[in-house]
Amino acid sequence: MEQIILSAKDVVIKFSLRGRILTAIRSASLDLREGKTLAIVGESGSGKSVFTKAFIGMLDTNGWVDSGSILFEGKDLAKLKTERQWLGLRGRKIAMVFQDPMTALNPLRTIGKQIQEVIELHQGLAGRAARQRTVEILADVGIPLPELRYGQYPHEFSGGMRQRVVIAIAMACSPRILICDEPTTALDVTIQAQILDLIRRLQKQYQLTVIYITHDLGVVANVADDVAVMYAGDIVEYGTANEVFYNPQHPYTWALLSSLPQLGVKGQPLYSISGTPPNLFYEIKGDAFAPRNPQALKIDFVKRPPYFQVSPTHYARTWLLDERAPKVTPPETIQHMRDKFREVTR
Amino acid sequence: MSPADREVLLDVRELRVEFRVKAKQPLVAVKDVSFQIFQGETFGLVGESGSGKTTIGRAIVRINETTGGDIYYRGQRINGRISTRLDKEVTQRIQMIFQDPMASLNERAKVDYIVSEGLYNTRRFADEADRQQRVEDVLNEVGLLPEFASRFPHEFSGGQRQRIGVARALVMEPEFIIADEPISALDVSIRAQVLNLLLRLQKTKGLTYMFIAHDLSVVRFISDRVAVISRGEIVELAEAEELFMNPLHPYTRSLLTAIPMPDPIEERKKKLVVYDPAVHDYSVHKPIWVEVRPGHFVLGNEPEIEEYRKMLSQ
Repeated sequence: MEQIILSAKDVVIKFSLRGRILTAIRSASLDLREGKTLAIVGESGSGKSVFTKAFIGMLDTNGWVDSGSILFEGKDLAKLKTERQWLGLRGRKIAMVFQDPMTALNPLRTIGKQIQEVIELHQGLAGRAARQRTVEILADVGIPLPELRYGQYPHEFSGGMRQRVVIAIAMACSPRILICDEPTTALDVTIQAQILDLIRRLQKQYQLTVIYITHDLGVVANVADDVAVMYAGDIVEYGTANEVFYNPQHPYTWALLSSLPQLGVKGQPLYSISGTPPNLFYEIKGDAFAPRNPQALKIDFVKRPPYFQVSPTHYARTWLLDERAPKVTPPETIQHMRDKFREVTR
Repeated sequence: MSPADREVLLDVRELRVEFRVKAKQPLVAVKDVSFQIFQGETFGLVGESGSGKTTIGRAIVRINETTGGDIYYRGQRINGRISTRLDKEVTQRIQMIFQDPMASLNERAKVDYIVSEGLYNTRRFADEADRQQRVEDVLNEVGLLPEFASRFPHEFSGGQRQRIGVARALVMEPEFIIADEPISALDVSIRAQVLNLLLRLQKTKGLTYMFIAHDLSVVRFISDRVAVISRGEIVELAEAEELFMNPLHPYTRSLLTAIPMPDPIEERKKKLVVYDPAVHDYSVHKPIWVEVRPGHFVLGNEPEIEEYRKMLSQ
């Protein structure tokens, strides 16, 4: 059994919005295996960003961890309150790469200075040594001519190169955990492929643990060792990539996989999930996905399902796995996924 | 059906679009591009940002001026100087759906006005009752409730907004719709809904689509034929399945390997092919546009074409 580097247990995160309370994360649990990549998939609003922001104390000021624990290096991150307590952790131990490299960088400072600032602050290097280290990091994330690029401003970089810079800033203090929040959504496919390659290489090189947030199942298949599927503020299925893709258990995972255009048959409509995600201002009864699930059981509307274990690494929150549940098979489209893909990729 | 006996709806010949960014050197966004779109088909146009795919779409609907070349619609030239009557006709027959439903709807207008704006501009209604009827019908058609007409765009979700965008195009009763990345800004589960809507409308109304996108998996699913564009030039064009099974141009191949497939075992084995335009040596032999197989076109010089032919025969 590998080391668990971070363990979130029954985390509840709430926000106060115009006097109303919104429950963004409804007691989600997660074990992060050291040196592996966990991909969190879900639609916008499913809480995937909010959940991971709690790991580095970057929730918006109107949000808080209401209950539950997030254990990391013997500390409970859910109990940290002040900025001072976070400073030793955020950036140094757990770093984050954001979605849009256009807004994550300061347009008025050179790329080199923005990276060097982090090195000076966290590693105590100064002057020439700090500069030297900055150039090394630029080269490390695959930026050609790092000496020259050091003195340039963000607007002189393309989108893909800017994202490399953002990754360089995150990597500057050799964190143990790197959280990537949709880092390639704003990029072209060919650039996306290069960034994914870079993240994988850095992970191997530095034994990094990576949390990768995305809504693209193709990207998940590319980067993930483990996959967590989020819906309405909860992790509904958790397992290794192979388990979740080839043996999915939760109806929401089925629906997500079925709606992939890669699996569509020409001339026939694609599978589409009807309805919309639930309103998180209201308390959710039973299985949050039940109203959109045509095969929902009666109990799905009454009682929230616990996690059922499928294998030592695979869990799903669905009553279908209860021994009393009727036998429901996954939709035909996603059965034998492997054979189908082999066919389309020849 | 062989392409020969299909009716050509849109014929683009050597289209060139330049932008004046700096005083001296114009930026060539589209470099002498030629292609045809047949009646009733879905023509996919794929490329990365900055490749000129949107510019081509905008040139066809006359938003961007053309610098050179011709665009024929049903045999009539529609670019450059044309009569007001023809301009109106083009506006009615060719409609566009835009990428970002958050940015492309007038925030200060009600849905009723947004959908009717084209009708007002071309006076395509008999009286007020007729106009309201048309708006109601078209809202029904795209799966929205008629009472939504009195609401503002901000009251809708992304998927619903894109449906309003579709309704606005549809109310003109067009024959040809240019859809510019209509689903890239939407969530996964909503994407399928909007794609299905577009497919259904095509079936019931016999529409022809030009589908502009960067996501090849969507393009493969929806298109009959696909053109791949890179740096303002179409480098390859073929029937969708042919293109995916036998990609010839190195750019097409790099694009295909870059799409992540939702299959972890295959993805882990994947080797990335990075396209470097420097692989082409066009100093001696100039690139030409050649039909290497019926319906399969590729851009290359003579030695390259020779090699592509060999690849196909294997």
